[in-house]
Amino acid sequence: MGAILKRELGAYFSSATAYVVMAVYFFFSGLFFNFYVFSQNSTNLTYVFNNMFYIIMFLIPIITMKTFAEEKKQKSDQALLTSPCSLTEIVLGKFLGAFVMYTLCTCIFLVYAIVISFFAQPQWSVILCTFLGTLLLGGSMIAINVFISVLTESQVVAAVLGMGVGLIISMMSYFVSLVSIEWIKTVLEKISFMSYYENFTYGILSITDVVFFLSVIALFLFFTVRALEKRRWS
Amino acid sequence: MVEVKNLTKCYGDIKAVDDISFTVDTGEVLGFLGPNGAGKSTTMNIITGYISSTSGTVTVDGSEILENPKETKKKIGYLPEIPPLYPDMTVRKYLEFMFDLKKVKLPKKEHIDEVMRLVQISDKESRIIKNLSKGYRQRVGFAQALLGNPPVLILDEPTVGLDPKQIIEIRKLIRGLGKKHTVIFSSHVLSEVSATCDRVIVISEGRIVADAKTEELSKSFADVQKLSLTVEGGSSDVLNEIKKIPGVKKYVKLRDVSDKIAEYSIEYSNDADIRRDVFSAMARIGCPILEMKSGNESLEDMFLKLTQNAGKRGK
Repeated sequence: MGAILKRELGAYFSSATAYVVMAVYFFFSGLFFNFYVFSQNSTNLTYVFNNMFYIIMFLIPIITMKTFAEEKKQKSDQALLTSPCSLTEIVLGKFLGAFVMYTLCTCIFLVYAIVISFFAQPQWSVILCTFLGTLLLGGSMIAINVFISVLTESQVVAAVLGMGVGLIISMMSYFVSLVSIEWIKTVLEKISFMSYYENFTYGILSITDVVFFLSVIALFLFFTVRALEKRRWS
Repeated sequence: MVEVKNLTKCYGDIKAVDDISFTVDTGEVLGFLGPNGAGKSTTMNIITGYISSTSGTVTVDGSEILENPKETKKKIGYLPEIPPLYPDMTVRKYLEFMFDLKKVKLPKKEHIDEVMRLVQISDKESRIIKNLSKGYRQRVGFAQALLGNPPVLILDEPTVGLDPKQIIEIRKLIRGLGKKHTVIFSSHVLSEVSATCDRVIVISEGRIVADAKTEELSKSFADVQKLSLTVEGGSSDVLNEIKKIPGVKKYVKLRDVSDKIAEYSIEYSNDADIRRDVFSAMARIGCPILEMKSGNESLEDMFLKLTQNAGKRGK
């Protein structure tokens, strides 16, 4: 697992991927920080995080599109699958590689918090809680997108599909208002990422929200392992 | 060392591998021969655990690939048809990654240096793989398979796409490796297999059609012997004399070399040796033999025969 994690990170940073993703992430977070914090004379980072939700949805497919699609295409998956590593180790290595990359992006918020602390007293509890929420949301999206990447040989398909899924997930609360049938409404509300994520941005740390995101991560990593396994048996 | 039992792999209705069984002893170099699409790569992919079989078992050094995949995979070094390289890494970085991935317990730097020396890529260690030529990529793939000194090496068409000089080097390397490792390597080029292997398995349409020592193979499958002659003298006289020799089955004049010298080809049954009779017959009519060459049916002929027969049986 360590070997794969190390290689994944090396691959992000030896290509343009890491720098482009970070640049876009920093640009938008800086923009939102300016709008909602500096211009408003506020110390509240909630809106910044809230808006980053959409940026994350689009950036994560870019981070993860290579994970399995490229391996399959250039046949390097033969090295992974014939090595004495279990499928779980391989999938976890890939996931953690993308997750570390994403965490590095997210760390910019700690810088913003420090900037705020020069002018006023930041609400550390809210900031740290939101930081955790952002990591969990990102983790879930990474798990979903890693799964999408294992299904295809084309990076482009993986990225576009991932963005589509991201878009649907971000519009989930909008769908809720459209549907009139009660039970579908309840189901949609329960799987709306935004409603769980929002709680974090208000500084509310609840076990339900944490467990929700952790379950999504576990479920989709499990799916990824099964998809890899299935490929061997078909 | 490697035991394959009743291996079958189906893709939907198509049987890519059909009930293959064979064993390879320690230190043996086994050639896996067959036309394209015969099921060589599929078999190798199953042995290494990349894909699973529909039925049948593979045992490497006592451990079974499905029951104990981690231990079994540690014992195998695999070079697939397309070397599993990461084009954006340098040669050394890649080998270090493969070293970690295979969980090798040897001293890292020394071992990688040794392997790179063996396949002669030491001077390319800091080059990025995508900038290497095909021959060098193949060697990096080779190096990767050798990491950790696995007792079994499985090489899928290791010489495809290389230039003749590189092919000779790779063959030499395989022969050298055969002293310490058990090697299974596939090819669709006969001369390569006969030059490198102790034993050959011919596979066609997913079935084994021949399994024999390299030198026995051509002998056992040839029911006729061939003799080619170059004789000076009138060709009608020569053919007349040849006809009289007992044991001759077929004779034909191949071509005129000059107005008096011609080449002939004679086929005769396996149990008779007609070379002495030919010599005295030609001496009797005063036609000197300039060249006489006896030869078994060539490996190529035999290979075509074997694989065509299998094709007919299949239909």
